Amino acid sequence: MASLRNCLGRSFVALILLFMSHALSASQQSYDDGVEALTSAKLKKVAVGVQLLIDSKHADSQSILSALLDGKLFRHKKEKTLVQVIDETDEGKTVVFLSDPSRTELITKKRAIKRVPLNNNLRRDIRGFLAAQNIQNEDSSVRSAAIQSLLKGADENSLRVMQEQRKVEQDKDVLFLLDTAIALDTLEKGNTEQKLQAITVLEESLEPDVRNALQVYADKNEDPVSAAASKALDKIAEKADFYSVLETIFFGLSLGSVLVLAAIGLAITFGVMGCINMAHGELIMIGAYTTYVIQLLMPNSIGASIIVAIPAAFVVSGLVGIAIERGVIQFLKGRPLETLLATFGISLVLQQAVRTIFSPLNRSVETPEWMSGSIDINPIFSITLNRLYIILFCLAVFALLFFILKKTVLGLQVRAVSQNRDMARAMGVRSEWVDALTFGLGSGVAGVAGVALSQLTNVGPNLGQSYIIDSFMVVVFGGVGNLWGTLVAGMSLGVANKLLEPMSGAVLAKILVLIFIILFIQKKPRGLFPQKGRAAEA
Amino acid sequence: MKNFKSKLAGVAAAVSLSMGASVSLAADTIKVGVLHSLSGTMAISETTLKDTVLMMVEEQNKKGGVLGKQLEAVVVDPASNWPLFAEKARELIEKDKVSAVFGCWTSVSRKSVLPVFEELNSILFYPVQYEGEESSKNVFYTGAAPNTQAIPAVDYLAEQGVERWVLAGTDYVYPRTTNKILEAYLKDAGVAAEDIMINYTPFGHSDWQSIVADIKKFGAEGKKTAVVSTINGDANVPFYKELGNQGISAEDIPVVAFSVGEEELAGLDTAPLVGHLAAWNYFMSVESDANDTFIENWHAFIGDEDRVTNDPMEATYIGFKMWVEAVEKAGTTDPTAVQDAIIGVSVPNLSGGLSTMMPNHHITKPVLIGEIQDDGQFEIVSSTNGLVQGDAWSDYLPGSKDVISDWRAPLACGNYNVKTGKCSGQNF
Repeated sequence: MASLRNCLGRSFVALILLFMSHALSASQQSYDDGVEALTSAKLKKVAVGVQLLIDSKHADSQSILSALLDGKLFRHKKEKTLVQVIDETDEGKTVVFLSDPSRTELITKKRAIKRVPLNNNLRRDIRGFLAAQNIQNEDSSVRSAAIQSLLKGADENSLRVMQEQRKVEQDKDVLFLLDTAIALDTLEKGNTEQKLQAITVLEESLEPDVRNALQVYADKNEDPVSAAASKALDKIAEKADFYSVLETIFFGLSLGSVLVLAAIGLAITFGVMGCINMAHGELIMIGAYTTYVIQLLMPNSIGASIIVAIPAAFVVSGLVGIAIERGVIQFLKGRPLETLLATFGISLVLQQAVRTIFSPLNRSVETPEWMSGSIDINPIFSITLNRLYIILFCLAVFALLFFILKKTVLGLQVRAVSQNRDMARAMGVRSEWVDALTFGLGSGVAGVAGVALSQLTNVGPNLGQSYIIDSFMVVVFGGVGNLWGTLVAGMSLGVANKLLEPMSGAVLAKILVLIFIILFIQKKPRGLFPQKGRAAEA
Repeated sequence: MKNFKSKLAGVAAAVSLSMGASVSLAADTIKVGVLHSLSGTMAISETTLKDTVLMMVEEQNKKGGVLGKQLEAVVVDPASNWPLFAEKARELIEKDKVSAVFGCWTSVSRKSVLPVFEELNSILFYPVQYEGEESSKNVFYTGAAPNTQAIPAVDYLAEQGVERWVLAGTDYVYPRTTNKILEAYLKDAGVAAEDIMINYTPFGHSDWQSIVADIKKFGAEGKKTAVVSTINGDANVPFYKELGNQGISAEDIPVVAFSVGEEELAGLDTAPLVGHLAAWNYFMSVESDANDTFIENWHAFIGDEDRVTNDPMEATYIGFKMWVEAVEKAGTTDPTAVQDAIIGVSVPNLSGGLSTMMPNHHITKPVLIGEIQDDGQFEIVSSTNGLVQGDAWSDYLPGSKDVISDWRAPLACGNYNVKTGKCSGQNF
């Protein structure tokens, strides 16, 4: 009897072994077929190959697919086999043969190898497959990305891994994501009781996939699950509305801070000297080009180049501004119309100069790593980093200017000249010197704005023109010569614009804001915060 | 003093050149006009096309010219100023007596010169993709019409499983007409109205935050979403940047653009654009012998290995070749004879096939879809099986469904309504 049991046991083990080896060879087979398909130049065949590799569950699939995703997998044209690029120098690419990892070759001819083609759908499939392998990764952000990619629907295997991970997970956010993923699965497969339980978990989540899954149930006629689902959806929608208001305000503030940055230099020159500087936009452009040149000079540290560009742009634009003041504007004092025409001429000269020096094409200014991407507050509300930094930067520039005008000798003299030029001169202030420095300061600030704008928009000869109108709009609306006015006006115009945009579209929103300002100026010609003092009111 | 005089002469020559009245003493040259903006906002794109025509003229002259005569290019600068286009066109035809003109980029500049070409019965080769709904006796459209660019692009995306559509464009005639056609096309294909979102922005728009956020929300409702972008020019850069910053990758929501080509990509940081799509009839990365030769010649002519080639350049190339062929076929440069001779003329295009001038003055071309790579080139992910014939009047718009264009005798009409059996009499 014992021997029979023994015999049975043994044959069972043998059976399992046989089954395993069969499964193994099937996996090996589909892996080999997959690799073979990747050597095709046809995208359709490659797609089949990728699917085979994913299905094969072969140990090497992961590495080959991630090389493919990174664009490192090439087809050797002559040998019709796959190679992976491991090193790239000026001489050429060093490749290693997948069929024989010990064999490498230096490819000098560009056309000797061809990258295995991919399209977006394939990329998404591969990324999803790779992510699913990372549920138990050490890095919590990788884990959450993996789970997020599984919210659309997880297979049995990943679900089991997630349930295991659920028991040991320490990170609160990842834990919640795990719960969500498991609840989504329960919603699909569980009984009514379990489904209702799952909905109570899901209603806390703002993930779009959750909303879509709940929507499916809310549309069905399957009480009490449908009722619970619609209730959960209402709760989610309420939260989503709140965040969308927050988002609009953030967008508005960021648009506003761009307006303030562009206008604040003008507020100084226009306000203090009463000179309409049509070349203000070009001073912004010069700042942006300075950023471009600095990036050319330090190509290996793009991150730091922006920081260096700020003082550099201030100096360059400031010097150009002082040159304009000394060379042209001082001779046109008290003749606003001629100043306007002369500075308009200067703006054209500066634009053409940039065209001649740099070419009429837009220049590409790179965004440093630390300014790209966003902070995800939750799945539906994220704050883009470049906008956040620009809001902060705008406030810093404002605070610094405010300090200079209120707390320094230069500031005192500037304010004195702006309020009553003759009286200030009588008190011994060298008004000409103050004029030049003020103009330099205003221009320098315009240059600094250019650094910020280079991160948001195109750096080209026409950069200035697109901001000059907005700048004047903000300054006039805020009240000439008043920094607070500029800040409040810029921010409120930005927010108003963004509040109108979803309702009326971008084109109409701009028109509405302009009409509003025209009406406002009719009523209050001196803007929001008119300057006080006898000279100002005269 | 002598030095001064020669300088003066040089200045005078330069002035007369720039005025368009190039000093030509040899009477036996054939003149072709080049009507592209060399200054102003459109200079970025159009200067390249002027150089392309000059290169083609030089090549043709090396081969012995046309009808035994040398060709001579007359270059004028309409300065991105639409009314000036009409003036300069008149100058080219009446004063310089050019046999044909290669020129225009924007639709509004074409509309501006159209009456001049019709009045003086000359020939214009228009090399840029446009919105269609036009067919003039005097204009040959070698760029794409909506059905040779937009519709195959939408078909490709639908094949990839896209079910929701954002039609985003700059607010002017080309995007508005194209989007109208696409909307009608999608609805015919069974897409529900709530699955189409249409959005227009002003020229040079740079604050894309809310629009991108809207697109993100629109795309998060469970169905696969794509953006069909007719956003023009450099407004694209901040748009793609914002997509990247808000975490939307080409895998989530691909953007297919009709105005972004190699030339546009050359001036920007391509990192946020990788994987997004463009639809054209030609890419620099096309693998064909004709293309290799063209690129080599272009680099030699312009003296810069880094310059790229693009679709409007190919359209200029095809137009020029067709004109040469038609002139030789007709044995004269007389516009009326050339207009008759050119219909049916086939010349090799750069993607390895033959393009033919059709009776509606549009040409046949392949349609290619490319994905943007990090080096500013395109990886071709799809191409139509055969050539597609440019359609002057869209089959998807109620007003133009029944209208056809056929400039051969006896019909000889650009807008013949097959239902009413009438040629509307409108000139274009």
